[in-house]
Amino acid sequence: MKQIEERVKPYDQNFTTMVPTGFVKFMRTCILWQIIRFIVINIKMLIVVRKSH
Amino acid sequence: MARLVVMGGGVSGHTAATFAKKWLGDAHEVVVVTPNSLWNWIPSNIWVGVGEMKKEDVVFPLAPVYAKAGIDYRQAKAVSIHPNGKEGSDTPYITIEYTGQGKEGQSEEVSYDYLINATGPKLNFDATPGLGDGKGGIGGHTVSVCTADHATHANLELQQIFAKAKAGERQKVVIGTGHGMCTCQGAAFEYIFNVEHEANKAGVRDMVDIQWISNESFLGDFGIGGLHMKRGGYAASSRLFAESLYTERGIPWTIGAHVSKVEDGRLEYELLDGSTGEMEFDFAMLIPPFAGVGLKAYDKDGSDMTAQIFAPNGFLKVDADYTPKAYEDWKASDWPRTYQNPDFKNIFACGIAFAPPHLISKPMSSPNGTPINPTPPRTGMPSGIIGKAVAHSITDLIQKGPDAHLHEASMAEMGAACVASAGKGLTDGTAAALTVYPVVPDFEKYPGLGRDLDYTFGEIGLAGHWIKHILHHMFIYKAKLKPGWTLIPE
Ligand SMILES: Cc1cc2nc3c(=O)[nH]c(=O)nc-3n(C[C@H](O)[C@H](O)[C@H](O)COP(=O)(O)OP(=O)(O)OC[C@H]3O[C@@H](n4cnc5c(N)ncnc54)[C@H](O)[C@@H]3O)c2cc1C
Repeated sequence: MKQIEERVKPYDQNFTTMVPTGFVKFMRTCILWQIIRFIVINIKMLIVVRKSH
Repeated sequence: MARLVVMGGGVSGHTAATFAKKWLGDAHEVVVVTPNSLWNWIPSNIWVGVGEMKKEDVVFPLAPVYAKAGIDYRQAKAVSIHPNGKEGSDTPYITIEYTGQGKEGQSEEVSYDYLINATGPKLNFDATPGLGDGKGGIGGHTVSVCTADHATHANLELQQIFAKAKAGERQKVVIGTGHGMCTCQGAAFEYIFNVEHEANKAGVRDMVDIQWISNESFLGDFGIGGLHMKRGGYAASSRLFAESLYTERGIPWTIGAHVSKVEDGRLEYELLDGSTGEMEFDFAMLIPPFAGVGLKAYDKDGSDMTAQIFAPNGFLKVDADYTPKAYEDWKASDWPRTYQNPDFKNIFACGIAFAPPHLISKPMSSPNGTPINPTPPRTGMPSGIIGKAVAHSITDLIQKGPDAHLHEASMAEMGAACVASAGKGLTDGTAAALTVYPVVPDFEKYPGLGRDLDYTFGEIGLAGHWIKHILHHMFIYKAKLKPGWTLIPE
């Protein structure tokens, strides 16, 4: 929340957008969760690559 | 014995030439004409531009690779195409001018049976007064990350900015597009977040103001009309995704902007609403607009037929529907499928070198009539896939005869995977990993959003970083034609 309080100002350009909360940011660098996401993203990307050829 | 000449040994041309040679074997010739002695994995230039990699990490010499593959390599730039031959000979040929191999400046005629134009973009810095040097190169006021050398220079300048910030001098960094009709917003997007990350790492973020400027009508347009992905039960637009990222990192944005003039430490711009403004900077990286590289075409009698073969922007005409149409009438089927020139069936284009039928983003202009809209990007994956499809078609034409079925690779039926990093570490920094399917929206097949929501997705995290590292090593390995290279997809 601290980051949001520092960066977002009422009715400024960035007031109407989504800002990640601490949990979301933690998950982005949580190694265990990211290993799972790595596998999932790779599978999804490979499907897109296959569909494209 | 047939001869295939490939003009341009970049992402698309290299893919086309190497596959064609593999399939055609020694029975036929493949010639590559390209002016650089080094192959460059361009996406990693971003890391060179912030000092996380050196030029040597993102390039390798082409000559040994082509020697191993049995490809005839001419370090030269193509100058003109003569598709009907010349007086006294019907054999089509191109003219080239050497840039290396000890023959610098020498001209030569190279005949062909089949020709691929894969010359990529001309970095048209001069389209914006002050962005170029007036001679086709980059001017002295801004930096670029489009080539490995540009990126090396960009990093030197960036380190000076960080040093000044450390010494207590507040610095302003501006990154984005340098003209209302630029493409490649993705590269600028990736660079701005890398610069932000490095400023944090250097402990000077508080002293460096970072600003985005681009021609997109909404943040996250990326030249492909934006994209949507599933988020918490919604189909969320890339606008939310992009605005969230800029807000999180404390980067304000100016969009719908055509940079009209660049001076030392200052730029002027015009906005979609017709208003104008200016921005000061200590460091600016502005992507230039792209054009065709300026190849000319001549008929047998020497008359200029460039306008017949090339679109006005210098890109080669292929099997697209170029009829001018309103945005509402655009169709996925307008996009080319075989990349064969309609007049000369033995000429093909791939990668950035083919002329797209129209924009992908909605055309817009300011009340003063200045077009301010991103032009279509043709990122690495489509460039590679198209290069391979064209090589396949030509191989079949040579081996099976002129009635062989041509291979198809429409950007309206293919996806693209992109990874935009912020930082390079395996446990620090994060990257946005995105796929979009199809690249060109098909509003008939997918009404409303134009794309398949199951295959268009994006997320931010370390996983994207790891993928970017893997792609870097994998594609350099593939381009070096190391064992098993054909198993790595384009
Ligand atoms: C900074 C940056 C980052 C990028 N990041 C990504 C990314 O993360 N993911 C992604 O998918 N895409 C990315 N791209 C886009 C990607 O690099 C392009 O899609 C791809 O390089 C296009 O391939 P191409 O073969 O058409 O052109 P290029 O790779 O540019 O190759 C063109 C070749 O033609 C040669 N040439 C030029 N003029 C002549 C001439 N007259 N005669 C003969 N040869 C000539 C050039 O020297 C060059 O070797 C990025 C681009 C940039 C600039």
